[in-house]
Amino acid sequence: MHQKGWLPKLVVAPSFVVGLAFIYGLMAWNGYLSVSASRLLPNYEFVGLEQYLRLWESERFRVALTNMAIFGGLFIGGAMAIGMLLAVLLDQKIRAEGVLRTVYLYPMALSFIVTGTAWKWILNPGLGLEATMHRWGWDSFSFEWLIDPDRAIYCIVIAGIWQSAGFVMALFLAGLRGIDDSIIKAAQMDGASLPRIYWRIVLPSLRPVVFSTLMIVSHLAIKSFDLVVALTAGGPGFSTDLPATFMYAMSFSRGQIGQGAAAATVMLAMIAAIVVPYLYSELRTKK
Amino acid sequence: MTRWSWHRLVLWSTLLLFAVFFLTPLYVMVATSLKDMAQVRNGHLLSLPTDPTLASWAKAWGTACTGIDCGGLKPFFLNSVAMVLPAVVVSTSIGAVNGYVLSKWRFRGSETLFAMLLFGVFMPMQVVLLPMSQVLGWLGLASSIWGLILVHIIAGLPSTTLFFRNYYVAVPDELVKAATIDGAGFWQIFWRIVLPLSTPIMMVTLIWQFTNIWNDFLYGVVFSGADSKPVTVGLNNLANTSSSVKEYNVDMAAALIAGLPTLIVYVLAGKYFVRGLTAGAVKG
Repeated sequence: MHQKGWLPKLVVAPSFVVGLAFIYGLMAWNGYLSVSASRLLPNYEFVGLEQYLRLWESERFRVALTNMAIFGGLFIGGAMAIGMLLAVLLDQKIRAEGVLRTVYLYPMALSFIVTGTAWKWILNPGLGLEATMHRWGWDSFSFEWLIDPDRAIYCIVIAGIWQSAGFVMALFLAGLRGIDDSIIKAAQMDGASLPRIYWRIVLPSLRPVVFSTLMIVSHLAIKSFDLVVALTAGGPGFSTDLPATFMYAMSFSRGQIGQGAAAATVMLAMIAAIVVPYLYSELRTKK
Repeated sequence: MTRWSWHRLVLWSTLLLFAVFFLTPLYVMVATSLKDMAQVRNGHLLSLPTDPTLASWAKAWGTACTGIDCGGLKPFFLNSVAMVLPAVVVSTSIGAVNGYVLSKWRFRGSETLFAMLLFGVFMPMQVVLLPMSQVLGWLGLASSIWGLILVHIIAGLPSTTLFFRNYYVAVPDELVKAATIDGAGFWQIFWRIVLPLSTPIMMVTLIWQFTNIWNDFLYGVVFSGADSKPVTVGLNNLANTSSSVKEYNVDMAAALIAGLPTLIVYVLAGKYFVRGLTAGAVKG
Protein backbone atom coordinates (compact mmCIF):
# COMPACT_ATOMS: atom_id res chain seq x y z
CA MET A 1 0.00 0.00 0.00
CA HIS A 2 1.64 3.19 -1.15
CA GLN A 3 0.82 6.57 0.32
CA LYS A 4 1.91 10.08 -0.31
CA GLY A 5 2.94 12.57 2.30
CA TRP A 6 6.01 13.45 4.24
CA LEU A 7 4.89 12.45 7.72
CA PRO A 8 5.61 8.69 7.49
CA LYS A 9 9.07 9.38 6.05
CA LEU A 10 9.80 11.92 8.73
CA VAL A 11 8.70 9.48 11.43
CA VAL A 12 11.02 6.67 10.37
CA ALA A 13 13.88 8.90 9.28
CA PRO A 14 15.71 9.29 12.62
CA SER A 15 15.74 5.61 13.53
CA PHE A 16 16.65 4.56 9.99
CA VAL A 17 19.47 7.07 9.76
CA VAL A 18 20.85 6.00 13.13
CA GLY A 19 20.26 2.30 12.47
CA LEU A 20 21.85 2.27 9.01
CA ALA A 21 24.75 4.44 10.19
CA PHE A 22 25.25 1.97 13.04
CA ILE A 23 25.28 -1.00 10.70
CA TYR A 24 27.02 0.28 7.56
CA GLY A 25 28.87 3.31 8.89
CA LEU A 26 30.54 1.41 11.69
CA MET A 27 31.11 -1.56 9.41
CA ALA A 28 33.04 0.67 7.00
CA TRP A 29 34.89 2.32 9.86
CA ASN A 30 35.88 -1.09 11.19
CA GLY A 31 36.97 -2.03 7.69
CA TYR A 32 39.18 1.03 7.63
CA LEU A 33 40.69 0.16 11.01
CA SER A 34 41.55 -3.25 9.60
CA VAL A 35 43.78 -1.69 6.92
CA SER A 36 45.35 0.79 9.33
CA ALA A 37 48.40 0.55 11.55
CA SER A 38 46.27 0.66 14.74
CA ARG A 39 47.69 -1.06 17.78
CA LEU A 40 46.89 0.09 21.31
CA LEU A 41 45.09 3.17 19.95
CA PRO A 42 43.44 3.77 16.60
CA ASN A 43 46.04 5.02 14.14
CA TYR A 44 44.72 5.85 10.71
CA GLU A 45 47.96 5.37 8.80
CA PHE A 46 47.09 3.17 5.81
CA VAL A 47 49.04 -0.09 5.68
CA GLY A 48 47.10 -2.02 3.06
CA LEU A 49 46.49 -5.67 3.78
CA GLU A 50 49.28 -5.99 6.32
CA GLN A 51 46.89 -6.75 9.19
CA TYR A 52 45.30 -9.55 7.17
CA LEU A 53 48.70 -11.00 6.30
CA ARG A 54 49.66 -10.96 9.96
CA LEU A 55 46.34 -12.56 10.79
CA TRP A 56 47.00 -15.30 8.28
CA GLU A 57 50.44 -15.95 9.74
CA SER A 58 49.22 -15.86 13.32
CA GLU A 59 49.12 -19.33 14.82
CA ARG A 60 46.47 -18.25 17.29
CA PHE A 61 44.11 -17.12 14.53
CA ARG A 62 44.67 -20.35 12.67
CA VAL A 63 43.71 -22.25 15.81
CA ALA A 64 40.61 -20.07 16.04
CA LEU A 65 39.65 -20.87 12.44
CA THR A 66 40.27 -24.60 12.92
CA ASN A 67 38.13 -24.51 16.05
CA MET A 68 35.48 -22.62 14.12
CA ALA A 69 35.37 -25.48 11.62
CA ILE A 70 35.26 -28.20 14.31
CA PHE A 71 32.79 -26.39 16.51
CA GLY A 72 30.70 -25.16 13.60
CA GLY A 73 30.43 -28.58 11.96
CA LEU A 74 29.60 -30.51 15.11
CA PHE A 75 27.39 -27.87 16.69
CA ILE A 76 25.37 -27.24 13.54
CA GLY A 77 25.14 -30.94 12.70
CA GLY A 78 24.30 -31.98 16.25
CA ALA A 79 21.71 -29.28 16.90
CA MET A 80 20.03 -29.88 13.52
CA ALA A 81 19.95 -33.67 13.93
CA ILE A 82 18.66 -33.66 17.51
CA GLY A 83 16.23 -30.83 16.84
CA MET A 84 14.77 -32.52 13.77
CA LEU A 85 14.53 -35.88 15.53
CA LEU A 86 12.70 -34.35 18.48
CA ALA A 87 10.33 -32.43 16.21
CA VAL A 88 9.41 -35.55 14.25
CA LEU A 89 8.91 -37.57 17.44
CA LEU A 90 6.81 -34.84 19.04
CA ASP A 91 4.68 -34.73 15.91
CA GLN A 92 3.41 -38.29 16.61
CA LYS A 93 0.40 -37.12 18.65
CA ILE A 94 2.19 -37.21 21.98
CA ARG A 95 -0.09 -36.55 24.91
CA ALA A 96 2.44 -34.56 26.97
CA GLU A 97 3.72 -32.57 24.00
CA GLY A 98 3.37 -29.18 25.67
CA VAL A 99 5.40 -30.22 28.72
CA LEU A 100 8.13 -31.90 26.66
CA ARG A 101 8.39 -28.90 24.35
CA THR A 102 8.82 -26.62 27.33
CA VAL A 103 11.56 -28.89 28.68
CA TYR A 104 13.45 -29.09 25.39
CA LEU A 105 13.34 -25.37 24.79
CA TYR A 106 13.99 -23.79 28.19
CA PRO A 107 17.81 -23.65 27.76
CA MET A 108 17.18 -21.11 24.99
CA ALA A 109 15.88 -18.69 27.63
CA LEU A 110 19.20 -18.83 29.49
CA SER A 111 22.23 -16.78 28.57
CA PHE A 112 25.32 -18.52 27.25
CA ILE A 113 27.12 -17.29 30.36
CA VAL A 114 24.68 -19.18 32.60
CA THR A 115 24.93 -22.25 30.36
CA GLY A 116 28.71 -22.07 30.34
CA THR A 117 28.92 -21.69 34.12
CA ALA A 118 26.65 -24.69 34.65
CA TRP A 119 28.49 -26.95 32.20
CA LYS A 120 31.85 -25.87 33.56
CA TRP A 121 30.80 -27.33 36.88
CA ILE A 122 29.27 -30.48 35.37
CA LEU A 123 32.36 -31.18 33.26
CA ASN A 124 34.74 -30.24 36.08
CA PRO A 125 37.57 -32.77 35.90
CA GLY A 126 37.92 -33.33 39.65
CA LEU A 127 34.46 -32.98 41.14
CA GLY A 128 31.97 -33.13 38.26
CA LEU A 129 30.95 -36.03 36.06
CA GLU A 130 34.13 -37.93 36.85
CA ALA A 131 33.56 -37.94 40.62
CA THR A 132 29.93 -38.89 40.04
CA MET A 133 30.94 -41.96 38.04
CA HIS A 134 33.55 -42.90 40.66
CA ARG A 135 30.87 -42.70 43.38
CA TRP A 136 28.74 -45.04 41.32
CA GLY A 137 31.56 -47.56 41.22
CA TRP A 138 33.05 -46.86 37.78
CA ASP A 139 36.52 -46.19 39.17
CA SER A 140 38.41 -46.13 35.90
CA PHE A 141 36.13 -43.44 34.42
CA SER A 142 38.15 -40.43 33.44
CA PHE A 143 36.81 -37.24 31.94
CA GLU A 144 39.25 -34.39 31.67
CA TRP A 145 38.25 -32.88 28.35
CA LEU A 146 37.79 -29.42 29.84
CA ILE A 147 41.51 -29.12 30.62
CA ASP A 148 42.74 -31.08 27.61
CA PRO A 149 43.81 -28.68 24.83
CA ASP A 150 42.80 -31.20 22.17
CA ARG A 151 39.41 -32.00 23.64
CA ALA A 152 38.17 -28.83 25.35
CA ILE A 153 36.51 -27.61 22.16
CA TYR A 154 34.17 -30.62 22.31
CA CYS A 155 32.94 -29.46 25.70
CA ILE A 156 31.84 -26.25 24.04
CA VAL A 157 30.07 -28.29 21.37
CA ILE A 158 28.15 -30.26 24.02
CA ALA A 159 27.02 -27.15 25.90
CA GLY A 160 26.15 -25.39 22.64
CA ILE A 161 23.98 -28.26 21.43
CA TRP A 162 22.29 -28.45 24.83
CA GLN A 163 21.37 -24.79 24.52
CA SER A 164 20.25 -24.69 20.88
CA ALA A 165 18.76 -28.08 19.90
CA GLY A 166 15.37 -27.08 21.30
CA PHE A 167 15.37 -24.03 19.08
CA VAL A 168 15.79 -26.18 15.98
CA MET A 169 12.99 -28.40 17.29
CA ALA A 170 10.67 -25.41 17.66
CA LEU A 171 11.32 -24.21 14.10
CA PHE A 172 10.79 -27.68 12.64
CA LEU A 173 7.69 -28.36 14.66
CA ALA A 174 6.21 -25.12 13.35
CA GLY A 175 7.11 -26.29 9.83
CA LEU A 176 5.65 -29.76 10.34
CA ARG A 177 2.39 -28.29 11.59
CA GLY A 178 2.12 -26.32 8.37
CA ILE A 179 2.10 -29.44 6.19
CA ASP A 180 -1.17 -30.56 4.69
CA ASP A 181 -2.30 -33.72 6.50
CA SER A 182 -4.08 -35.10 3.47
CA ILE A 183 -0.81 -35.75 1.60
CA ILE A 184 0.44 -37.88 4.48
CA LYS A 185 -2.89 -39.67 4.80
CA ALA A 186 -2.85 -40.47 1.09
CA ALA A 187 0.66 -41.89 1.34
CA GLN A 188 -0.41 -43.98 4.32
CA MET A 189 -3.32 -45.36 2.31
CA ASP A 190 -0.83 -46.41 -0.36
CA GLY A 191 0.95 -48.41 2.31
CA ALA A 192 4.06 -46.29 2.75
CA SER A 193 5.80 -46.74 6.09
CA LEU A 194 6.09 -43.82 8.47
CA PRO A 195 9.89 -43.33 8.23
CA ARG A 196 9.55 -43.48 4.46
CA ILE A 197 6.79 -40.88 4.46
CA TYR A 198 8.94 -38.54 6.53
CA TRP A 199 12.04 -39.05 4.44
CA ARG A 200 10.39 -38.88 1.02
CA ILE A 201 7.45 -36.52 1.49
CA VAL A 202 7.64 -34.49 4.67
CA LEU A 203 11.33 -33.54 4.70
CA PRO A 204 11.45 -32.37 1.05
CA SER A 205 8.43 -30.14 1.61
CA LEU A 206 10.21 -28.67 4.63
CA ARG A 207 13.13 -27.53 2.53
CA PRO A 208 12.58 -23.79 3.18
CA VAL A 209 12.47 -24.46 6.92
CA VAL A 210 15.66 -26.55 6.69
CA PHE A 211 17.40 -23.71 4.91
CA SER A 212 16.35 -20.94 7.24
CA THR A 213 17.12 -23.04 10.32
CA LEU A 214 20.52 -23.96 8.93
CA MET A 215 21.17 -20.30 8.23
CA ILE A 216 20.21 -19.20 11.73
CA VAL A 217 22.17 -21.94 13.49
CA SER A 218 25.25 -21.29 11.33
CA HIS A 219 25.24 -17.59 12.06
CA LEU A 220 24.90 -18.37 15.77
CA ALA A 221 27.93 -20.64 15.48
CA ILE A 222 30.05 -17.95 13.83
CA LYS A 223 29.04 -15.39 16.45
CA SER A 224 29.76 -17.75 19.40
CA PHE A 225 31.59 -15.83 22.06
CA ASP A 226 29.98 -15.88 25.51
CA LEU A 227 29.85 -19.66 25.73
CA VAL A 228 33.60 -19.98 25.19
CA VAL A 229 34.34 -17.16 27.63
CA ALA A 230 32.25 -18.75 30.38
CA LEU A 231 33.27 -22.36 29.78
CA THR A 232 36.99 -22.22 29.01
CA ALA A 233 37.89 -18.53 28.55
CA GLY A 234 39.57 -19.70 25.34
CA GLY A 235 41.90 -22.04 27.23
CA PRO A 236 43.80 -24.09 28.03
CA GLY A 237 46.24 -21.60 26.48
CA PHE A 238 44.33 -20.44 23.43
CA SER A 239 43.27 -23.93 22.37
CA THR A 240 39.53 -23.12 22.35
CA ASP A 241 39.72 -19.67 20.80
CA LEU A 242 37.10 -18.87 18.19
CA PRO A 243 37.31 -15.85 15.86
CA ALA A 244 35.03 -13.88 18.22
CA THR A 245 37.18 -14.50 21.31
CA PHE A 246 40.31 -13.84 19.25
CA MET A 247 38.84 -10.53 18.15
CA TYR A 248 38.01 -9.59 21.73
CA ALA A 249 41.43 -10.55 23.07
CA MET A 250 43.28 -8.60 20.35
CA SER A 251 41.07 -5.50 20.59
CA PHE A 252 40.57 -5.13 24.29
CA SER A 253 43.36 -6.88 26.15
CA ARG A 254 46.33 -7.32 23.82
CA GLY A 255 46.38 -3.78 22.37
CA GLN A 256 46.18 -5.01 18.76
CA ILE A 257 43.22 -3.04 17.45
CA GLY A 258 44.19 -3.56 13.80
CA GLN A 259 44.25 -7.33 14.30
CA GLY A 260 40.91 -7.21 16.10
CA ALA A 261 39.33 -5.17 13.31
CA ALA A 262 40.70 -7.55 10.68
CA ALA A 263 39.35 -10.58 12.57
CA ALA A 264 35.94 -8.87 12.84
CA THR A 265 35.96 -8.30 9.08
CA VAL A 266 36.72 -11.98 8.49
CA MET A 267 33.71 -12.86 10.68
CA LEU A 268 31.59 -10.41 8.73
CA ALA A 269 32.64 -12.05 5.48
CA MET A 270 31.71 -15.50 6.82
CA ILE A 271 28.27 -14.32 7.94
CA ALA A 272 27.65 -12.36 4.74
CA ALA A 273 28.46 -15.46 2.68
CA ILE A 274 25.62 -17.27 4.45
CA VAL A 275 23.10 -14.52 5.07
CA VAL A 276 23.17 -12.37 1.94
CA PRO A 277 22.05 -15.14 -0.47
CA TYR A 278 19.39 -16.13 2.04
CA LEU A 279 18.03 -12.61 2.50
CA TYR A 280 18.17 -12.07 -1.25
CA SER A 281 16.12 -15.15 -2.08
CA GLU A 282 13.77 -14.51 0.86
CA LEU A 283 13.00 -10.96 -0.24
CA ARG A 284 12.81 -11.83 -3.92
CA THR A 285 10.38 -14.75 -3.64
CA LYS A 286 8.01 -12.56 -1.67
CA LYS A 287 7.28 -10.28 -4.58
CA MET B 1 -1.50 -54.32 18.31
CA THR B 2 1.87 -55.25 19.78
CA ARG B 3 3.85 -53.69 16.94
CA TRP B 4 2.20 -50.39 17.61
CA SER B 5 2.95 -50.44 21.34
CA TRP B 6 6.56 -51.38 20.61
CA HIS B 7 6.77 -48.26 18.44
CA ARG B 8 5.34 -46.19 21.22
CA LEU B 9 7.86 -47.61 23.69
CA VAL B 10 10.83 -46.59 21.54
CA LEU B 11 9.24 -43.22 20.89
CA TRP B 12 8.61 -42.48 24.54
CA SER B 13 12.02 -43.73 25.72
CA THR B 14 13.77 -41.47 23.22
CA LEU B 15 11.66 -38.47 24.21
CA LEU B 16 12.20 -39.09 27.92
CA LEU B 17 15.92 -39.68 27.46
CA PHE B 18 16.25 -36.26 25.86
CA ALA B 19 14.08 -34.72 28.56
CA VAL B 20 16.57 -36.07 31.11
CA PHE B 21 19.48 -34.66 29.07
CA PHE B 22 17.90 -31.21 29.01
CA LEU B 23 16.76 -31.20 32.63
CA THR B 24 19.86 -32.64 34.32
CA PRO B 25 21.95 -29.44 34.19
CA LEU B 26 19.09 -27.49 35.79
CA TYR B 27 18.76 -30.14 38.49
CA VAL B 28 22.51 -30.10 39.10
CA MET B 29 22.49 -26.31 39.39
CA VAL B 30 19.63 -26.28 41.89
CA ALA B 31 20.96 -29.23 43.92
CA THR B 32 24.51 -27.86 44.07
CA SER B 33 23.31 -24.40 45.04
CA LEU B 34 21.52 -25.87 48.08
CA LYS B 35 24.58 -27.72 49.41
CA ASP B 36 27.44 -26.47 51.54
CA MET B 37 30.96 -27.19 50.32
CA ALA B 38 31.30 -30.27 52.55
CA GLN B 39 28.23 -31.77 50.87
CA VAL B 40 29.57 -30.77 47.45
CA ARG B 41 32.83 -32.57 48.11
CA ASN B 42 31.33 -35.65 49.77
CA GLY B 43 28.38 -36.03 47.44
CA HIS B 44 28.28 -36.02 43.67
CA LEU B 45 26.53 -34.02 40.95
CA LEU B 46 23.23 -35.86 41.20
CA SER B 47 23.11 -36.46 44.95
CA LEU B 48 20.36 -34.65 46.79
CA PRO B 49 21.48 -32.06 49.33
CA THR B 50 21.48 -33.89 52.68
CA ASP B 51 21.08 -30.68 54.61
CA PRO B 52 19.65 -28.01 52.25
CA THR B 53 20.76 -24.46 52.93
CA LEU B 54 20.26 -21.14 51.20
CA ALA B 55 23.63 -19.86 52.40
CA SER B 56 25.18 -19.95 48.92
CA TRP B 57 22.25 -17.99 47.52
CA ALA B 58 22.76 -15.32 50.16
CA LYS B 59 26.47 -15.26 49.47
CA ALA B 60 26.03 -15.13 45.68
CA TRP B 61 23.59 -12.25 46.04
CA GLY B 62 25.37 -10.16 48.65
CA THR B 63 28.97 -11.04 49.54
CA ALA B 64 30.64 -13.22 46.90
CA CYS B 65 33.76 -11.78 45.27
CA THR B 66 33.70 -10.74 41.62
CA GLY B 67 37.33 -9.82 41.18
CA ILE B 68 38.44 -7.31 43.80
CA ASP B 69 34.91 -6.31 44.84
CA CYS B 70 33.05 -8.57 47.23
CA GLY B 71 29.49 -7.30 47.03
CA GLY B 72 27.93 -10.28 45.29
CA LEU B 73 25.74 -10.14 42.19
CA LYS B 74 23.30 -7.60 43.60
CA PRO B 75 24.83 -4.42 42.06
CA PHE B 76 25.17 -6.16 38.68
CA PHE B 77 21.61 -7.42 38.84
CA LEU B 78 20.33 -3.91 39.57
CA ASN B 79 22.38 -2.54 36.66
CA SER B 80 20.76 -5.09 34.37
CA VAL B 81 17.29 -4.07 35.57
CA ALA B 82 18.08 -0.37 35.04
CA MET B 83 19.43 -1.17 31.58
CA VAL B 84 16.84 -3.61 30.33
CA LEU B 85 13.67 -1.65 31.11
CA PRO B 86 14.32 1.54 29.07
CA ALA B 87 16.10 -0.38 26.31
CA VAL B 88 13.20 -2.81 25.84
CA VAL B 89 10.48 -0.15 25.97
CA VAL B 90 12.18 2.27 23.58
CA SER B 91 13.34 -0.31 21.02
CA THR B 92 9.90 -1.93 20.98
CA SER B 93 8.08 1.40 20.56
CA ILE B 94 10.29 2.49 17.68
CA GLY B 95 9.92 -0.94 16.09
CA ALA B 96 6.13 -0.64 16.25
CA VAL B 97 6.08 2.73 14.49
CA ASN B 98 8.65 1.61 11.91
CA GLY B 99 6.71 -1.55 11.20
CA TYR B 100 3.52 0.48 10.79
CA VAL B 101 5.13 2.78 8.21
CA LEU B 102 6.86 -0.08 6.35
CA SER B 103 3.61 -2.00 5.96
CA LYS B 104 0.87 0.65 5.69
CA TRP B 105 2.64 3.82 4.52
CA ARG B 106 5.22 2.46 2.13
CA PHE B 107 7.14 4.98 0.09
CA ARG B 108 9.57 4.71 -2.78
CA GLY B 109 12.62 2.87 -1.52
CA SER B 110 11.10 1.78 1.79
CA GLU B 111 11.46 -1.90 0.92
CA THR B 112 15.11 -1.43 0.05
CA LEU B 113 15.73 0.42 3.30
CA PHE B 114 14.02 -2.40 5.16
CA ALA B 115 16.18 -5.02 3.45
CA MET B 116 19.30 -3.04 4.36
CA LEU B 117 18.18 -2.79 7.96
CA LEU B 118 17.48 -6.51 8.02
CA PHE B 119 21.16 -7.34 7.69
CA GLY B 120 21.51 -5.84 11.16
CA VAL B 121 19.63 -8.81 12.59
CA PHE B 122 22.39 -11.16 11.51
CA MET B 123 25.62 -9.16 11.35
CA PRO B 124 28.37 -10.09 13.80
CA MET B 125 28.45 -7.33 16.38
CA GLN B 126 32.22 -7.65 16.58
CA VAL B 127 32.22 -5.37 13.55
CA VAL B 128 30.80 -2.43 15.51
CA LEU B 129 32.64 -2.88 18.81
CA LEU B 130 35.76 -0.86 18.09
CA PRO B 131 34.15 2.12 16.30
CA MET B 132 31.23 2.17 18.74
CA SER B 133 33.51 2.51 21.76
CA GLN B 134 34.93 5.60 20.06
CA VAL B 135 31.46 6.99 19.31
CA LEU B 136 30.32 6.44 22.90
CA GLY B 137 33.43 8.27 24.04
CA TRP B 138 32.57 11.28 21.87
CA LEU B 139 29.02 11.28 23.18
CA GLY B 140 30.34 11.19 26.73
CA LEU B 141 28.57 7.87 27.31
CA ALA B 142 31.60 5.57 27.52
CA SER B 143 31.50 3.16 30.45
CA SER B 144 28.04 4.33 31.47
CA ILE B 145 24.74 2.53 31.67
CA TRP B 146 23.28 5.09 29.23
CA GLY B 147 25.82 4.06 26.62
CA LEU B 148 24.77 0.43 27.04
CA ILE B 149 21.10 1.37 26.79
CA LEU B 150 21.76 3.33 23.60
CA VAL B 151 23.64 0.45 21.99
CA HIS B 152 20.92 -2.03 22.91
CA ILE B 153 18.21 0.22 21.47
CA ILE B 154 20.01 0.68 18.16
CA ALA B 155 21.10 -2.93 17.87
CA GLY B 156 17.53 -4.06 18.62
CA LEU B 157 15.88 -1.89 15.95
CA PRO B 158 16.29 -4.32 13.04
CA SER B 159 14.55 -7.17 14.90
CA THR B 160 11.76 -5.08 16.41
CA THR B 161 11.08 -3.41 13.05
CA LEU B 162 11.05 -6.82 11.36
CA PHE B 163 8.62 -8.30 13.89
CA PHE B 164 6.10 -5.48 13.67
CA ARG B 165 6.34 -5.06 9.92
CA ASN B 166 5.66 -8.74 9.27
CA TYR B 167 2.74 -8.67 11.66
CA TYR B 168 1.18 -5.52 10.24
CA VAL B 169 1.48 -6.78 6.66
CA ALA B 170 -1.26 -9.26 7.61
CA VAL B 171 -3.55 -6.48 8.88
CA PRO B 172 -6.00 -5.73 6.02
CA ASP B 173 -5.18 -2.53 4.13
CA GLU B 174 -8.93 -1.88 3.84
CA LEU B 175 -9.06 -0.99 7.52
CA VAL B 176 -6.54 1.77 6.95
CA LYS B 177 -8.20 2.91 3.70
CA ALA B 178 -11.61 3.13 5.32
CA ALA B 179 -10.19 5.14 8.19
CA THR B 180 -8.42 7.49 5.77
CA ILE B 181 -11.69 8.12 3.96
CA ASP B 182 -13.28 8.93 7.30
CA GLY B 183 -10.60 11.57 7.70
CA ALA B 184 -8.35 9.81 10.22
CA GLY B 185 -4.69 10.80 10.04
CA PHE B 186 -1.43 8.89 10.35
CA TRP B 187 -1.28 8.90 14.15
CA GLN B 188 -5.01 8.45 14.67
CA ILE B 189 -4.97 5.27 12.58
CA PHE B 190 -1.96 4.03 14.49
CA TRP B 191 -3.43 4.66 17.95
CA ARG B 192 -7.06 3.77 17.27
CA ILE B 193 -6.82 0.91 14.77
CA VAL B 194 -3.37 -0.61 14.45
CA LEU B 195 -2.12 -0.52 18.03
CA PRO B 196 -5.20 -2.15 19.59
CA LEU B 197 -4.63 -5.09 17.21
CA SER B 198 -0.99 -5.43 18.25
CA THR B 199 -1.11 -7.17 21.62
CA PRO B 200 0.30 -10.53 20.43
CA ILE B 201 3.24 -9.06 18.51
CA MET B 202 3.83 -6.57 21.30
CA MET B 203 4.21 -9.47 23.74
CA VAL B 204 6.50 -11.33 21.35
CA THR B 205 8.74 -8.31 20.83
CA LEU B 206 8.87 -7.29 24.49
CA ILE B 207 9.82 -10.81 25.52
CA TRP B 208 12.32 -11.20 22.69
CA GLN B 209 14.03 -7.92 23.51
CA PHE B 210 13.95 -8.58 27.25
CA THR B 211 15.57 -12.01 26.83
CA ASN B 212 18.21 -10.78 24.41
CA ILE B 213 19.21 -7.70 26.35
CA TRP B 214 19.14 -9.41 29.74
CA ASN B 215 21.29 -12.25 28.37
CA ASP B 216 23.73 -10.06 26.44
CA PHE B 217 27.34 -10.39 27.42
CA LEU B 218 29.30 -8.92 24.51
CA TYR B 219 28.13 -5.29 24.79
CA GLY B 220 28.11 -5.58 28.56
CA VAL B 221 31.75 -6.60 28.75
CA VAL B 222 32.96 -4.12 26.12
CA PHE B 223 30.98 -0.94 26.80
CA SER B 224 30.36 -0.97 30.55
CA GLY B 225 32.47 0.65 33.24
CA ALA B 226 33.15 -0.35 36.83
CA ASP B 227 29.69 0.75 38.01
CA SER B 228 27.57 -0.26 35.04
CA LYS B 229 28.36 -3.93 34.45
CA PRO B 230 25.30 -6.11 33.74
CA VAL B 231 24.57 -9.37 35.55
CA THR B 232 26.09 -11.62 32.86
CA VAL B 233 29.44 -9.89 33.29
CA GLY B 234 29.05 -10.10 37.09
CA LEU B 235 28.35 -13.82 36.90
CA ASN B 236 31.31 -14.45 34.63
CA ASN B 237 33.60 -12.49 36.95
CA LEU B 238 32.25 -14.33 39.96
CA ALA B 239 32.63 -17.77 38.42
CA ASN B 240 36.11 -17.04 37.09
CA THR B 241 37.53 -15.29 40.13
CA SER B 242 40.47 -17.36 41.17
CA SER B 243 40.37 -17.80 44.91
CA SER B 244 42.03 -20.42 47.07
CA VAL B 245 38.80 -22.35 47.53
CA LYS B 246 36.46 -22.65 44.55
CA GLU B 247 32.88 -22.50 45.77
CA TYR B 248 30.83 -24.28 43.14
CA ASN B 249 27.67 -24.01 45.20
CA VAL B 250 27.95 -20.19 45.14
CA ASP B 251 28.67 -20.28 41.38
CA MET B 252 25.51 -22.30 40.78
CA ALA B 253 23.39 -20.03 42.98
CA ALA B 254 24.76 -17.03 41.08
CA ALA B 255 24.04 -18.68 37.72
CA LEU B 256 20.47 -19.34 38.82
CA ILE B 257 20.03 -15.76 40.03
CA ALA B 258 21.29 -14.46 36.68
CA GLY B 259 19.05 -16.87 34.75
CA LEU B 260 15.91 -16.60 36.85
CA PRO B 261 14.29 -13.51 35.27
CA THR B 262 14.36 -14.93 31.74
CA LEU B 263 13.36 -18.40 32.99
CA ILE B 264 10.35 -16.93 34.77
CA VAL B 265 9.33 -15.03 31.65
CA TYR B 266 9.73 -18.22 29.64
CA VAL B 267 7.59 -20.27 32.01
CA LEU B 268 4.86 -17.59 32.23
CA ALA B 269 4.79 -16.60 28.57
CA GLY B 270 6.51 -19.44 26.73
CA LYS B 271 3.98 -19.26 23.91
CA TYR B 272 5.10 -15.76 22.95
CA PHE B 273 8.75 -16.65 23.44
CA VAL B 274 8.47 -19.50 20.93
CA ARG B 275 6.65 -17.25 18.48
CA GLY B 276 9.48 -14.74 18.71
CA LEU B 277 12.01 -17.45 17.92
CA THR B 278 10.10 -18.59 14.88
CA ALA B 279 9.15 -15.08 13.73
CA GLY B 280 12.78 -14.33 12.93
CA ALA B 281 12.94 -17.31 10.60
CA VAL B 282 9.55 -17.40 8.95
CA LYS B 283 9.19 -14.13 7.12
CA GLY B 284 5.91 -12.74 5.86
